[in-house]
Amino acid sequence: MALFFLLPLVIVFACSLLTRGDYGGVEQPWTLESYLRILDPLYLAIFWRSLWIATVATALCSLLGFPLALFVARAGKRRNLYLQLVLLPFWTSFLVRTYAWLFILRDTGLVNTVLLRMHLIAGPLPLLYNDGAVLLGLVYNFLPFFVLPVYAALERLDPALAEAAADLGARPWPVLWRVIVPLSAPGIMAGAVLLFIPCLGAYLIPDLLGGGKTVMLGNLVQNQFTTARDWPFGSAASLVLMLLSALVLAGLVRSRVARELL
Amino acid sequence: MELVLELRGLVKEFPGQRAVDGVSLSLARGGFYSLLGPSGCGKTTTLRMIGGFENPDAGEVVLAGNVVNGLKPYQRDVSTVFQSYALFPHLTALRNVEFGLRERGLKDCTARAMRALEMVRLADKRDRRPSELSGGEKQRVALARSLVLEPKLLLLDEPLAALDPKLRREMRAELKAMQRKTGITFLLVTHDQEEALSLSDYVAVMNKGRIEQFGTPEEVYLRPATKFVAGFLGTMNWFGKTGVRPESTRLSRTGEGLAAKVESSLFLGNCINVNVVLEDGSRVVAAMGLEHNNFHEGEAVWLHWLPSDELHFQ
Repeated sequence: MALFFLLPLVIVFACSLLTRGDYGGVEQPWTLESYLRILDPLYLAIFWRSLWIATVATALCSLLGFPLALFVARAGKRRNLYLQLVLLPFWTSFLVRTYAWLFILRDTGLVNTVLLRMHLIAGPLPLLYNDGAVLLGLVYNFLPFFVLPVYAALERLDPALAEAAADLGARPWPVLWRVIVPLSAPGIMAGAVLLFIPCLGAYLIPDLLGGGKTVMLGNLVQNQFTTARDWPFGSAASLVLMLLSALVLAGLVRSRVARELL
Repeated sequence: MELVLELRGLVKEFPGQRAVDGVSLSLARGGFYSLLGPSGCGKTTTLRMIGGFENPDAGEVVLAGNVVNGLKPYQRDVSTVFQSYALFPHLTALRNVEFGLRERGLKDCTARAMRALEMVRLADKRDRRPSELSGGEKQRVALARSLVLEPKLLLLDEPLAALDPKLRREMRAELKAMQRKTGITFLLVTHDQEEALSLSDYVAVMNKGRIEQFGTPEEVYLRPATKFVAGFLGTMNWFGKTGVRPESTRLSRTGEGLAAKVESSLFLGNCINVNVVLEDGSRVVAAMGLEHNNFHEGEAVWLHWLPSDELHFQ
């Protein structure tokens, strides 16, 4: 634990407090400069942008994932089959799946080719290298992380609870809002966090589907260690990213505690 | 006589079995009725068809003169007390009782829910969650939650099965009192014959998806219509096709009657049960007064009974 978790963290923390070397690496003296640079509006915008994209992706996944989880939980005998289908994308590499979207969305890709052949559009639609493509990639890749905990929560619910609500006069929507959603809230919260944290630190998806334009935190960190050769700033940025993730987790823990106390 | 519920030839099939096989039943307003039978006899499925949770494959459910086949549970003026109580775990006792009132958009929900909680003597537990209530308290909240809606018919699915025996007897008395007080028609599903006999005005004894007998507790116990009913309600000593209740079976040392040997004598507090073995190896039990607590293991005895206590079946 200490060797594989704490030691790398200490090294990264030390790097973040040093000065950049001319060809990468770090040198003396110790300084807080890297942390101060994060406050530069250029970088603050990247933090803000990452938070925003992760939030939208989480919201979209919740809207898509909750009905999907409910559908699977209520599928009876086919439940396991549908669960396997939800997990099916994990059978191929994350990288391959993300590249596949390039072939679907690019100007000469599947969508544009079909639409052009059908003469529904005059020129190719700009489907790739924008926020929409990044969101699509994030939602596509991380949806199962939301569906699984929500499914687990729904599957544990006593079916008699929904029946009792209907018996007491509640129509299907009120049954959903007043009984099923509140009782699966722990699963929804867990799913949202499992989703939000990797979205916040996403690197490959914005890199491939966002082109150079959609820079998120993960790309910033990667750039600092490669092209920019600024290890201290890269280290500082990655630690701040970790801090943000930890804050989200802490928020979840606190809200659970709060719910128990109420 | 005003009918609250009429079942006309109800049939429900599940893959591989006919759970309910032509059940017809009429319930008058204000009575306490029971569906009694062993597990798997179709009594719960019948109840679920009345509540609207299952659709019958054939037959009709008629509620207060209207056929309600195909109507959803929220469209039916019946309410169910579930075996697991199915209280909403995220809501307090008061909010649970209020749930149905709010869904119906009624006024004074909180005040009415409070009155219902007072009726089941749980006004002081109004802010407790179900997890903070005892089994008996949960049961009473579930009852209040249904009764507050003043349904035409209250369905109770094994409501006492999850309680310990002492509490079960207390709740039994409370159920009966509640039915009399509210005047709402109760239909109880149970496999516990003592519960059905003690609570009900009328009992429908079910077996293999059919009603074997419908009558008052006295009728079904004293004049069972079929061998199944005779055997299911209480204990029965069988002498071929003739049945004799243990409390009608007498033992003597006079040498008259059927010869038998005492196997054991059990002191039950209010009576003794003497188990005897006949010469053909069959076992019989005689329930007798405490003054007969003097039979010894291995003692030779003779069985006799009054001809009027014999029950004959085909």
